[in-house]
Amino acid sequence: MITASLSMPLVSSLRRLFRNKAILIGAIILAVVLVAAVLAPWVAPYAPNKLSIVNKLKAPSLAHIFGTDEFGRDIFSRAIYAGRISLLVSLGVIIISTVLGVILGVAAGFFRKLDAPISRLLDAMMSFPDILLAIALVAALGPSLTTVILALGITYAPRLARIVRGSTLVLRELPYIEAAVAMGLPTWQILTRHVLLNLASPILVQATFVFASAMLAEASLSFLGVGVSTDMPTWGTMLASGREYMNNAPWLMVFPGLAIVFSVLALQLLGDGLRDLVDPRLAKES
Amino acid sequence: MTDTAKRPVLSVENLTTSFKTAEGWRAVIRDINVEVNAGETVAIVGESGSGKSVTALSTMRLLPAGRARCEGRILLEGRDLLKASEAEMRSVRGGTIGMIFQEPMTSLNPVFTIGNQIAEALVLHRDLSWKAAEAEALRLMERVRIPAAKSRLNEYPHKFSGGMRQRVMIAMALACRPKLLIADEPTTALDVTVQAEILHLLRELQREENMGVLFITHDMGVVAEVADRTLVMFRGDMVETGPTPQIFAAPKAVYTRALLASIPRLGTMGDAAAPRRFPDVDPATGKASDGRVTSPVPGGVTPILKVEKLAVRFALPQGQIHAVEDVSFDLKPGETLALVGESGCGKSTTGRAIMRLVDPSAGSITVDGQDVAKASSGALRAMRRTSQMIFQDPFASLNPRITIGSAIAEPMLAHGLISRREAKERVAELLQQVGLSAAMADRHPHEFSGGQRQRISIARAIALQPKLIVADEAVSALDVSVKAQVSNLLLDLQEQHRLAYLFISHDMAVVERMSHRVAVMFLGEIVEIGPRAAIFDNPQHAYTRRLISAVPIPDPARRGQLNPPLNEEIKSPLRPHGYVPPKRTYREVSPGHFVQEAAA
Repeated sequence: MITASLSMPLVSSLRRLFRNKAILIGAIILAVVLVAAVLAPWVAPYAPNKLSIVNKLKAPSLAHIFGTDEFGRDIFSRAIYAGRISLLVSLGVIIISTVLGVILGVAAGFFRKLDAPISRLLDAMMSFPDILLAIALVAALGPSLTTVILALGITYAPRLARIVRGSTLVLRELPYIEAAVAMGLPTWQILTRHVLLNLASPILVQATFVFASAMLAEASLSFLGVGVSTDMPTWGTMLASGREYMNNAPWLMVFPGLAIVFSVLALQLLGDGLRDLVDPRLAKES
Repeated sequence: MTDTAKRPVLSVENLTTSFKTAEGWRAVIRDINVEVNAGETVAIVGESGSGKSVTALSTMRLLPAGRARCEGRILLEGRDLLKASEAEMRSVRGGTIGMIFQEPMTSLNPVFTIGNQIAEALVLHRDLSWKAAEAEALRLMERVRIPAAKSRLNEYPHKFSGGMRQRVMIAMALACRPKLLIADEPTTALDVTVQAEILHLLRELQREENMGVLFITHDMGVVAEVADRTLVMFRGDMVETGPTPQIFAAPKAVYTRALLASIPRLGTMGDAAAPRRFPDVDPATGKASDGRVTSPVPGGVTPILKVEKLAVRFALPQGQIHAVEDVSFDLKPGETLALVGESGCGKSTTGRAIMRLVDPSAGSITVDGQDVAKASSGALRAMRRTSQMIFQDPFASLNPRITIGSAIAEPMLAHGLISRREAKERVAELLQQVGLSAAMADRHPHEFSGGQRQRISIARAIALQPKLIVADEAVSALDVSVKAQVSNLLLDLQEQHRLAYLFISHDMAVVERMSHRVAVMFLGEIVEIGPRAAIFDNPQHAYTRRLISAVPIPDPARRGQLNPPLNEEIKSPLRPHGYVPPKRTYREVSPGHFVQEAAA
């Protein structure tokens, strides 16, 4: 019954979605990056870790369109494989931070008694700079792919929680939520069907911003050497190791850098577009 | 003077306004003709979507230029406003034409004093110095009869009640001695007693200034009270225009007849012992059949709802709001008790306390033998089957993302009354019961009109087969014709299911039709309670009398009988900390009719 009731607005909002240019461009860029990452073994011309001392630090050419690094590895292939890790991290972060953020935010917004303790906790977490908190968490847990995802997920949870809390506070006072209470619906049902369903838009938009931030943060963590271990290329580690050769072989940094720039740009465009799209619709529907 | 008497202040000729839509330009008002002479009030009346506000906005050229297009002529003292430049229009708005709007609460800037805001308009439009402007602001505040104007000049808007703010707005509109005043639903957001005061004030000011007034309203009672001539609009067309007495006495258009037939009027009950249905109006002919009296409540039944010494108080830093204080009443199955009073009197809070949407501070509430006031959340959930609530705003009380079929089925599924398989059938049944079609179950709330949405809310409320329904201003936000239909639906359902209604409303005319008994609330207390006929025919408390006499009568022949203005701020139920409410005593006037005795 719930899915049936959702399908109509979904179809119409998808149609509206692609009328928005920002969303269209963002989606195309992201689709290209995603497809390349998923199909890396077929798309990449070389193995990502294949050494070739003869070809070290070659400038971009037809054989190596992004050039090669100090060990002669093909940067194009490495960038494609790196996308897998970078996107995996971002996706993991988004899931963890959204789940945590929604639970904390809805609890704080809906139950008056929980508001003060949860809000203070969130304030405390947000008083640390993002990267510092993430480094501290990774240091405590030991660096690995899982801990990076976990640490960043926890770091970004307060951002979502705040947005969700604010929206829940507004929703809680709306007559249709009161009506649901007056009808004697169980609290979990009020929260899922009436509160969460109407929070979908702000959560979606905020999540795209976290997605972009997580990608940059993972790069920063890798760059600082507390990220994912170095035998798996990520855009961040590629940047970090390219630093030494910046003057002679700038392509070592330029291409992974561009990959980050474009992915983040795509996500920001998506987030911006979604926000523009969501506002008038909310005004129209409520 | 003689010259202006000959030429109308405003003359709108063949005005057609179109809005740009995805399919091209679409006319929203067509061929409107209206003239306003000096010293005359012309009312534009119609239901929502009739185009009355668009007419006013077109006249002031306040519609967005790219998306709206006006054709025809709008002559202000002979000058065509449609040909005027934007700079010229700026001096017209707030200069030759003054405006007042519906929402006095949001049209004043909260961070400047009242005097400052009035003076600002004077400095801007009349080139006065600040000192002179302040003196003039004081004079204007005295003209709109704001008590203690001199000291109130330096106060901020939040210290002014709705009625006083509307007076300030009128003072600002009058600042530049306009020739024409456009008033767009100026009293709709106000209580009846305040409305009576504002209408009285407008009439006096109009006489003094010899202004033309274009008065936009949906309320035929207000029209009868203020308008010399009336223009009736329906879906963008002018259906009838003429002198107000003629429109009321001999309406020509079918729509006008239907509109007049559906207005709730005071004093139409005769000696009926029970509520009386509103007349069923045939939209094709505009003829009305008189409403049938519903079956009376059988006597001697145990009450379904018993409220005793209920109090709801909210603590604030500066004191305590005694929203509800020492309220007691009971309600029998099949009976309607109306809670009436003005905004802030505690009638909604009482209803919400009975539903346990707010927690009572003291007293007991017994619904069907169970104490609601002290129930745990688990017990409360089960009890919620017995009592249901219908809310005022049909646009906000339905979740926009859930289909209405799903919304109606939801409470029944949650209480385990039906299985998912039976849901569809039961929803179809309920939709038909409230006059909608079963096929509508798959639609979302935004696809329905206000009246239809309220029917959906009613279907959802009766889905659990409750015994008590708290209807909080359930028909107040609806257009007149829809209001009559939805009220009739409520009466029919009451007869079929022996529902008890706690009917919370500020609309005395609807209350008279709908209720068996009436309780009048003032500042959180019941000042008078008794059978409907006793309250309306023999009101004992001064406030009850004031409330009844403030209701505008939709009959131009009885104009000017509204109660004389009091010009006083309604007291607030905010009391200092540690305030102990005085013990109240009630005097029995006739069987079941109690009135609060004045404090010694």
